[in-house]
Amino acid sequence: MASKKSGRATETDTTGHEWDGITELNKPLPKWWLYVFYATIVWAVGYWLLMPAWPLVSSYTTGWLGYSQRVSVAEELDQAKAAKSGFRQQIAGSDLAAINADPELLSFALAGGEAAFGDNCAPCHGRGAQGAFGYPNLRDDSWLWGGSLDAIHQTIEHGIRADDPKTRISQMPAFGRMGLLNATQVNDVAEYVLSLSGRADDEAAARQGTKIFADNCSPCHSKDGKGNQTLGAPDLTDELWLYGGEKTTIAETIINSRNGVMPAWAGRLDPETIKELAIYVHSLGGGQ
Amino acid sequence: MTQPPGHVERTADRHEVPVEAAPGIAQSDTPTVAGASRALYAERVKIYPKEAHGRFRTAKWIVMAVTLGIYYLLPWLRWDRGPHLPDQAVLLDLPSRRFYFFFIEIWPQEFYYITGLLVLAALALFLVTSIAGRVWCGYTCPQTVWTDLMIAVERFWQGDRNARLRLDKDPWSLETLWRKSATHLSWLAIAVATGGAWVFYFADAPTLARQLLTFEAPAAAYLFVGLFTASTYVLGGIAREQVCTYMCPWPRIQGAMFDRDSLLISYRAWRGEPRGPHKSGQSWQGRGDCIDCRQCVAVCPAGIDIRDGPQLECIQCALCIDACDEIMDKVGRPRGLIAYDTVRNLDAGGTHTVPISVLRPRVVLYATAMAIVGVVMLTALVLRPDLDVNVLHDRNPLYVKLSDGGLRNGYTIKLLNKLYQPRSFSIGVAGLPGSQLSVIGHDQESPVVTVAPDQLQSLRLYVTLDKSAVAALPASSAAFSFVITDVGDHMAAEHRAAFQGPER
Repeated sequence: MASKKSGRATETDTTGHEWDGITELNKPLPKWWLYVFYATIVWAVGYWLLMPAWPLVSSYTTGWLGYSQRVSVAEELDQAKAAKSGFRQQIAGSDLAAINADPELLSFALAGGEAAFGDNCAPCHGRGAQGAFGYPNLRDDSWLWGGSLDAIHQTIEHGIRADDPKTRISQMPAFGRMGLLNATQVNDVAEYVLSLSGRADDEAAARQGTKIFADNCSPCHSKDGKGNQTLGAPDLTDELWLYGGEKTTIAETIINSRNGVMPAWAGRLDPETIKELAIYVHSLGGGQ
Repeated sequence: MTQPPGHVERTADRHEVPVEAAPGIAQSDTPTVAGASRALYAERVKIYPKEAHGRFRTAKWIVMAVTLGIYYLLPWLRWDRGPHLPDQAVLLDLPSRRFYFFFIEIWPQEFYYITGLLVLAALALFLVTSIAGRVWCGYTCPQTVWTDLMIAVERFWQGDRNARLRLDKDPWSLETLWRKSATHLSWLAIAVATGGAWVFYFADAPTLARQLLTFEAPAAAYLFVGLFTASTYVLGGIAREQVCTYMCPWPRIQGAMFDRDSLLISYRAWRGEPRGPHKSGQSWQGRGDCIDCRQCVAVCPAGIDIRDGPQLECIQCALCIDACDEIMDKVGRPRGLIAYDTVRNLDAGGTHTVPISVLRPRVVLYATAMAIVGVVMLTALVLRPDLDVNVLHDRNPLYVKLSDGGLRNGYTIKLLNKLYQPRSFSIGVAGLPGSQLSVIGHDQESPVVTVAPDQLQSLRLYVTLDKSAVAALPASSAAFSFVITDVGDHMAAEHRAAFQGPER
């Protein structure tokens, strides 16, 4: 302890600094504190030698230990992969219904599916799978090609009108552009399609359209207009329209046709991920 | 610039006549300091505290026994929580994110209880400091308790102050070697026990103890045992008072909490001065009671002289009171030359006694704040529900239009079962006519969900309205409630939610 003769602070050593009569007392730091400071300097030098430290012009000093955060991230990713491999093997070995029935496997598949959806599907279908113009909403109860687990799985695996031998494919003729229907006929059949959901403005035209529909459209969209999932032909009687349900857009579809494309994901994603995606999409509320 | 009156006085002390360097320019009176006394780094002066005997020493032994007893033994106390949960009374279960304190259990989102406890602890510290100074430092601070223990061990192997001084002064001998070795080995043993006890708070103590001994414990356990062994050995055995003087910020803060009515350990200079040796038979007239025996300095673990007045280094452990009282008894003078006293009473100089004033504004303020925080925490604890329901409405998309023109909203619902047995809940919807509820992974008709004891269960829910029900909604957004009913005791919890449709 500093030697103090009495309680009067002014009798302690000063540093010689004085401002307006206020003197700075010399309260020395303990020496070990100084040694701790030196120790930190030694530590820093050791750190420079052992760890990546100094930036050079086009590289950096890598250090004797060869530690690299990139390498350790890669290792941790491998570990995470290994930790998941048990579940992934179970997913690979189970059919979709079995995965859906096992709560533990289901929650694993849902988490994996959600992540894969965000990476691969969200650009078109939206982050919340809510869809957009021309890109189906995956949460509603209307499916072009079927909303069962297996149907969803096949759609993801092989795509729609994609470069894949087993892809889902169908082709609506461009009735107007190809000259199959003239302008009046297009107008009439469009009125008829509107009448299927009770929205026709021109009853006479709609009646005219009945026969045109039966001749040209019903082979795919079926006689009652409820569509056909094996052909990807949408239900024309409900309230959901992928390209809009206004008369002008319906007429546009009849004239020019529509050709939505989805890539086949087999080959891009591994089979387990595709299964997870099917489970996830099925869980979004529209699964059948 | 106005100078305080003291300033002029002090300058006048130094220079009777101001010296002029040149006409009209006063020479600075800054004293030069010799190089020798300008050392910026001080060697540590080793302290050899003498053993004290008396009321406060006894109190400190008791406090030490109680606090160390709690620290070392608490993890071994069992508390029955049923078959599904740990039976350790105090357990900070980090992997499963639960804190157990006897009958209290804290989930991560309830960490405000810990915040409340810390606020209470801080306020208690402020309160006791403004009443009686550094009571925390002097009696209960772990640094003080462990240092006290380490000094006791040192005394056991090397003898009291004089023996230890001699041991250090004499050249190294076999005796020095074994006495010092025994001391350091005992310190290490205490340090290992301290580090060991620490990790028992974070895992089942008997299991971990077995693992530690058979070298099967996780690496983190050994790491923390090592860390706390090192810190106990270094801070308690070697650094001691240096921690309080140089490292701890608390002494600096406490200085702002004393006032003239705080009871601080003080030397009553009005009674003691003029000090000096007293010869047998000599009259006590005209002299102070202090016989300058320096026993108060000898027992001081901070190595200071309390007679110099209040000092930063003083942890107010009251050992100097014991030492002085013993001497006063021997020389036949009344006790209390060094005592807990207020500055106000000291200033009275013994002419009259200034009564101790405890109910001061700051004390009342701290006590009130403590009471408020305590009542709030207690209320929150008593009203803590054993079932928590959180409902998160899907935001993307807010609603889904269905083929029949109806609407569907998605929700994630989290059920927190805070009881120690599994519970089943049925989930229903109230206040939304025509609604249909479905739970992913459960029976569509009447979903019953089982939540494991002390666990959280997350569910995906869909609420669907058909076209006519949508048309009947009063606005684009409708408020309703999820009703969660315990199938066992039929207690129901309601949670408000909203059903969202397109803007109208």
